[in-house]
Amino acid sequence: MGGGTGNFLRALAASKGGLIGAVLLLAFVLLTAAAPLLPVPGPTQSNLRARLQPPTLSLTEIGAHPLGTDNIGRDMLSRILHGGQLTLAVGAAAVVLGGVVGVLLGIVAGYRGGMWDRVLMRLVDIQLAFPLMLLALIIAAALGPSVRNLIIVLALTSWTRYARIVRGQTLAVREREFVQSARAIAASPWRIMTRHILPNVMTPALVVATLELARVIILEAALSFLGLGVQPPWPSWGRMLAEGRTYMASAWWIAAFPGLAIMLTVLSVNLLGDWLRDYFDPKLK
Amino acid sequence: MSGILDVSGLTVRFDTPAGTVHAVNDVSYSLADGETLGVVGESGSGKSVHVLAMLGLIARPPGRIAGGSVTFGGRDLLTLSEAELRDVRGGQIGFVFQDPMTSLNPVLTVGRQIAEPVIRHRGLSPRQAWQRAAELLDLVGIADPERRLRQYPHQFSGGMRQRVMIAIAVACNPKLLIADEPTTALDVTVQAQILGLVRDLKARMGMSVIWITHDMGVVAGLADTVQVMYGGRIVERGPVRAIFKDPRNAYTWGLLRALPDHGQRVQRRLHQIEGQPPDLYAPPKGDPFAPRNPFATPRCFEQIPPLVPAAGAVPGHLVAAWYDLPRLLAQRGDAR
Amino acid sequence: MIRFLLGRLGESALAVLGVVTIVFIVTRLLGDPAILMLPVGATPEQLASFRAELGIDRPLVVQYADFLWNAVRGDFGRSFQHNRPAIEVVAERMPATLELASSAIALGLLIGGGAGMIAAMNRGTALEVFVMLLALLGQATPVFWLGLMLILFFAVDLGWFPTGGAGTFWHLALPALTLATFTSASIARLLRSSVIDVLREDYVRTARAKGLLPRTVMVWHIARNALIPVATMVGILAGELLGGSVITETVFAWPGVGRVIIQAIEVKDFPVVQAGIMMIAVTFVSINFLVDLLYGVLDPRIRLR
Repeated sequence: MGGGTGNFLRALAASKGGLIGAVLLLAFVLLTAAAPLLPVPGPTQSNLRARLQPPTLSLTEIGAHPLGTDNIGRDMLSRILHGGQLTLAVGAAAVVLGGVVGVLLGIVAGYRGGMWDRVLMRLVDIQLAFPLMLLALIIAAALGPSVRNLIIVLALTSWTRYARIVRGQTLAVREREFVQSARAIAASPWRIMTRHILPNVMTPALVVATLELARVIILEAALSFLGLGVQPPWPSWGRMLAEGRTYMASAWWIAAFPGLAIMLTVLSVNLLGDWLRDYFDPKLK
Repeated sequence: MSGILDVSGLTVRFDTPAGTVHAVNDVSYSLADGETLGVVGESGSGKSVHVLAMLGLIARPPGRIAGGSVTFGGRDLLTLSEAELRDVRGGQIGFVFQDPMTSLNPVLTVGRQIAEPVIRHRGLSPRQAWQRAAELLDLVGIADPERRLRQYPHQFSGGMRQRVMIAIAVACNPKLLIADEPTTALDVTVQAQILGLVRDLKARMGMSVIWITHDMGVVAGLADTVQVMYGGRIVERGPVRAIFKDPRNAYTWGLLRALPDHGQRVQRRLHQIEGQPPDLYAPPKGDPFAPRNPFATPRCFEQIPPLVPAAGAVPGHLVAAWYDLPRLLAQRGDAR
Repeated sequence: MIRFLLGRLGESALAVLGVVTIVFIVTRLLGDPAILMLPVGATPEQLASFRAELGIDRPLVVQYADFLWNAVRGDFGRSFQHNRPAIEVVAERMPATLELASSAIALGLLIGGGAGMIAAMNRGTALEVFVMLLALLGQATPVFWLGLMLILFFAVDLGWFPTGGAGTFWHLALPALTLATFTSASIARLLRSSVIDVLREDYVRTARAKGLLPRTVMVWHIARNALIPVATMVGILAGELLGGSVITETVFAWPGVGRVIIQAIEVKDFPVVQAGIMMIAVTFVSINFLVDLLYGVLDPRIRLR
């Protein structure tokens, strides 16, 4: 472990928010990833004799449902864990896809300048003139609901934020000596952009990615809530909430727990993201 | 003796996570009516902090006044409530700060910023205060005051903004003007203009002035009395002529040597005082300047010298030193 | 000032053009509008005649120009569901959306502004920690979930408010609070750090050195400057708010544009979707234009450049 990593971890451990965020997020990731191995019923396995069971703390009882069951008797805990798997995976995929596109375009705009820069940044401005939720809504409606389309939609709302910050960073890096000397020996622009500039814009891109993950998770849940995201019977937190709506008056837990899961996940990601931003570059605010 | 301002034993501490900063240590002096006092020292000498502290302008916490008294207009400022201090600030004591680029509020008109203290302390109506603001702009030498009042700070140059700051400071005819490095951020020509302006205003309005600076050259043409501070203490104090001709503290002597010599055509290389400023977290038990002082005696490292009348000097010339600087200089053959 | 105004007006016009273009691209290039727009089970003849009717057998450039021209006139076609011009269906819902959104912004500024100020003026106390924790939670709470929980608690359990619909102040309260939560939280966090930055400024020390009353220093020297970054933020938040209104309206059965859009998506009534999206996007651009004007009013350095 290098000194940089050591310092990073020490600073993380010394912060309150960052540490809580990191630990919570790690716990979520591990729990949802291990969901199939845990002693819970399958997420789509219904049991009509155990419908709408309230949450219980009597874990000694065999086949108890700690978070209750939904309207067709599926175990809520299992659905939340499996739903979290999907939510986190979709969120991560969208953030990576949006990040790759945004970082590349940001580097090109910043390094090439001129026409490239003007056109790309104008595109960013135009897209930001469109409320993201609506953009996601109209594209999701046009593409039709599926996990693949969901990732594309979320990535489309996300690339602009990377592009902006990476472009700014590229403008600064472009003038540094190692880039100037690479130019002097007539290295190809592609080589300069990937070998010299890319490594130097990765840190701000990582900070943006963390903050974007929180936003994308909420947006995914909203789209699934509106029926434009993950389709049944697959559990997704937003979808489960929509299903629980009907039974809210009699079985509050069906809608309450998925929402709580979203909130805690987003909170942990935000805490970690805020801390990362302050740690690496407070100017990114 | 009693002047318009009597400072006695003023001590200021800052309680920080890293420890207690001994910012101002047992500072005592008196300012006569109409006197101009130049306070000279490097950053961290306590020259600015001690005046900010006596008017409640340091953040508390971490700042704390650990002792002393400051008598102004018959009252001890240190015992006044915040509301009573507010009446003194801007009304009887005017302030000019170092950086004119950041000391004015960027979103309010210059007129409004000058009128504020007049309305607050003199109870004038906004219209009358605006009138007064125009007079003040004229007084500090800004042409076309009626138009300039409606402008914002970013439409003024650095020197002009400092004139505005001075207009604000003297708006209520204060008895005392405190100027904290007001010319440091300005270029030399503008510096001279501002110095001239303050000299002129002082003569017309009959105020006392405390001029805080790190530059001995600035006080030469302005101050009646010079007071040199180091490590939160006064190390030498006296009439301006005596200090320049007959410095008794090695630090004062070092500052004077750092001045470019205007008498000689070939300018001497600026003499810098070597070494680090004192550690204010853990002040040494002796003279804080001793580690940097080529004339230091063993006693300098052991005991803090008291501020006492300098032997054989003019009345009012005080020094804190265990060594006899004129004799040591004579031995070295350095006559300056 | 006039140059600043004209410049911003031009940028707004360009943004609207961009929005129209995005709507055009999304609806024309991501599938056959005839299939998207006609109900499932339409015959090939119906599809063909519909394509001719829409003019989508013509070159794209012509279609785009046509679409632009129609958009300028507010013509987005007829709603299948309501059998009248889509723009009419949307326009009559606009007041409800504006009522909800403006209440939420006002509430957000009030709550967020107050909370941010309280946190900044009480640095290092338990109160600051508490307020900032609330703000963090507020930023992490999904709008639709908060709406449901508020309904569950205040409408179903306590019966203090109606569960949905519009008309009275009591109908407005829960949806406005739901929508204002994210806005309040964001404003509180921004204002806190903004005030803390301003407190360090030399001009605040100058104001105190003038002996001004704490109230004067607070309002004219601290808040007045700390609000400038918040003004920019309000423009961005307006986007979140208008997007969030789609969901809030659905949750609370609020008869606004957002709910109409969702209903139209469900039955593939695309003229209404287009008209609704355009309407909200143009509102967003207009809000940002107004925010920029406000920015100019707040900051003379922009106005008098």
